Formats: sequence, C-alpha cells, structure tokens
Amino acid sequence: MNGMSPIVKATTKVFIGFITVYSLSIIAYGHLTPGGGFAGGTMWACGFILLVLAFGKDEAFKFISQRAASVADCLAAFAFLLVAILGISAGGFFVNFLGKGKEFNLVSAGTLLWLNIAIGVKVSASLFGVFVALAIFKKSETSSEVQ
Amino acid sequence: MAPYLLCSLIFAIGVYAVIAKKNLIKIVIGLLLLEYAVNLLLVLVGYRQGGKPPIIVPQNPSTANFVDPLPQALVLTSIVIGLGITALMVALCIRLYEKYKTFDISKIKRLKG
Amino acid sequence: MTFAIIILYFLLVFMIIGAIIAVEVRDLLSSIIALGAVGFGLSIIFLFLGAPDLAITQVVVETVSLVILIRVAVVRDDTTYDTHHNTFAVAMALIFVGAFIAFAALAYKALPGFGNPIYAQNQEKQAVADANGGAGAKEGDNRETPAEYYIQHSFEENKAPNLVTSIVLDFRGYDTLGEATVIFVSVIGAIVVLRKVGRRREGREEPASQGKDEA
Repeated sequence: MNGMSPIVKATTKVFIGFITVYSLSIIAYGHLTPGGGFAGGTMWACGFILLVLAFGKDEAFKFISQRAASVADCLAAFAFLLVAILGISAGGFFVNFLGKGKEFNLVSAGTLLWLNIAIGVKVSASLFGVFVALAIFKKSETSSEVQ
Repeated sequence: MAPYLLCSLIFAIGVYAVIAKKNLIKIVIGLLLLEYAVNLLLVLVGYRQGGKPPIIVPQNPSTANFVDPLPQALVLTSIVIGLGITALMVALCIRLYEKYKTFDISKIKRLKG
Repeated sequence: MTFAIIILYFLLVFMIIGAIIAVEVRDLLSSIIALGAVGFGLSIIFLFLGAPDLAITQVVVETVSLVILIRVAVVRDDTTYDTHHNTFAVAMALIFVGAFIAFAALAYKALPGFGNPIYAQNQEKQAVADANGGAGAKEGDNRETPAEYYIQHSFEENKAPNLVTSIVLDFRGYDTLGEATVIFVSVIGAIVVLRKVGRRREGREEPASQGKDEA
C-alpha cells in the first residue's frame, strides 16, 4: 500500500512526536490522573496506525516491523506476569510488594506504575498487529506478493 | 428510572439489528450497539447525585461524595475487550467476503467447500 | 433538575436517534458514521457521570473501531446493498422489543433508583437509624459493601490517588490478567484468520502461497 501526499507526510512528521509523548504520559501518570494503561496504549497504537497510513507499508516497516511488535507484545505480557509472581515473596499472588513512596509523586504506589507500563505496551503492540493484519494482508492472484 | 429505560431502548435496537437484518455489517453494528448499552447501564447504576469523580486531589483529601468507582473499573476492561471482539468479527467478515463474494447472509449457506 | 441531568437526557435521546439511523440507513458508510456519533455521545455521557477514565478510553477505542469498520465497508466498491424484507423476523424483533422494555421496567424497581448508588444504601440506613435513636436498625445493616471498603481504605493501602486504577490493578488484578489474555487471544485469532496459508492439493487452484512467517 502506498503512502499519501507530501502534505500528509509533513504533518505526520510533526504530529507523531506529540502523539507518542502524550500517550506515554497518560500511561505513566495513570495512577495520579485519569487514564491508565488501556487508554494510553490505544493512543500509542493510533500513532503507529497514522505512521503506516501516511508513509505506506515499506517505509513504515523500516521504523517498526511486525516482528518487533509481536515480540514486544509477548515480552510485556511476561513482564505483567513476572511482577505478579514476584508478589508471592510478600504474601501472595499480586500483592503490592514494592515500597509506596511519597504520595502524588511519579514513582509511588508500588507495583501500579510497572503494571500500567506493561499493559500500555501490550495493548499498543496488539492493536498495531491487528491493524497491519486487516489493512495490509491482501488476497492476491499471484502467489509471490505476500507481505 | 428513566435513564435506565432509555438505555434499555438502545439495547433493544441492537438486538433488532442482530435478528432482523440480512447484511453482515449491520449485524456487526448491532453487536456494537449492544455493547454500548451494557457499558452505559453499568455506569448509570453507579452514579451519585451531586457526586465527584473518584480521584483524590491534594487540596481536598476527603473521600466523601464520590461516585461509585467499582462499576467504572469493570467497564474499563469491558470497553477494551469490546475492541478486541470487533477486530475479530471484522476479520471474519473479510474472510467471508473473499470466499463468497457477498455480505448477504441468506446467500452464505453452503457450509462445505 | 440540574444542568448535568438535562444534558444526560438530551444525549441519551441523541444516542437513540443515532442508533436508529445506524441500523436503518441503506448506505454502509453512512451507518458507520452514525455509529461513530453514538460512540462519541456515549463518551460525553461518561464525562457527565463522573467517569473521566472511561471517557478517554471510549473516545480512543471508538476511533480505532471506526477505522476498522470503514476498512471492511470499502472492501466492495459499491457500499449500498439491496434489501428484501423478512417480515417474520422483523415482527418477532419488535415483539421482543416491547416485551423487553416491559420486563426491564419491572426489574429496575429492584435497584435503588437513579442517583443513589448501592454502596450508599447502608450509609443511609445507618444515618436514618441513628436519627431515630437506634430504633429500626436491623441486624446486618452495617455490613460494608466492597465499594465502600475500596473508597475508605484504598489511599492508605497503596497511596494511589486514582481510585479506579488502584481497583483495576491492585484490588482486582486478576480481572486485568484475564482481560490481557482475552485481548491477546482475540488479536491472535484475527491475525490467523487473515493469514495467507494455503495448502497445495492436487486439483485445487487456490493460490498456494507460502505461509506467513510472522506471529
């Protein structure tokens, strides 16, 4: 699939930074302000979708490939489980075992920050993978043009 | 009780779309309407008259008069699961179209092949 | 009636009209856009009901759903479709609508009414009993509901100001683990359904493309 016109490409180059930083801040401050891992992760996936739509398949895959997305997906799921299993050392599965810290700071509330980040990465990688599958895999007549 | 009944009307429109429509995309739209109605009903049950959002601010760390946070936590996961369901349904629709060349469910009857 | 309640009713009627348009219009792109209007109206309702987390999530999820639905609607070049009426199914569906509204009106009488959440019922009964000097208080009325426990003790247990995040990730972490699993499975299902793996059998002319080497 091809990209779009140069106006769209120039606008995307400006906006992709804003979208990424905003979505990462919604993920990271999820325990202080409204938002959290799910909303921020979906926004980050929207940023990737914009990249694929504006620049076309080939150029966008130089920036982030499908294999990187699926590896990140699985690693984030394992990180979520790892944080949950490490809670066994403090009493049981999923116990909040890290120090709570000073309230209203970024690094506070124990394991909530790391779980939010794991969920954000996982949701964004999954939605990027499903968008690539929906929009780019095409049924073709020749058997050589598969993505 | 009137907001609950209006929300049930959206649910009923969704069920009507699933039962009585022949186009596959309309059935998917009906399922999405069902999901909106259920999420809305759960959040409506938890509303408190004159309540505040359940976030503790440093200037006023009291927890009086919050709306119910438990239905909001349940609906948060439900919204994102609904997105996964939509993606899977749409993938099946694309495959069905590639195989049968139509979205009409009365023509997709051959289960062999 | 306060301003928020008036806006709530207006938005509910807007959602109902949008839903009827989305279901009845013949052009597929128009009905998908009407569905998008319903979803965004829902997100404004969430904001007025005091749920900012849900409003943010609903807006973003609605955007991605619209992108996915438009992709499937333009798979044909002509986005209208021909209707033939199935009167039996339409009649059955309308009978169901009437019966459902009637039974729902009966069932909602068991809920405490709009504006009184369930966790405040015990507080009100306690306040009424205290005002009567201890009379009329039944045994077991001051049991704490889970929502009340979460509101009172969440900040001192894990110091997170956002109560919804602390419920989702700390008190009810198992549900989040299950939800991550459900998303994982649905995404893998969508990718597997759309892959181009063919089997080469003799006599079949399906393009036997090489299997996709991606997860």
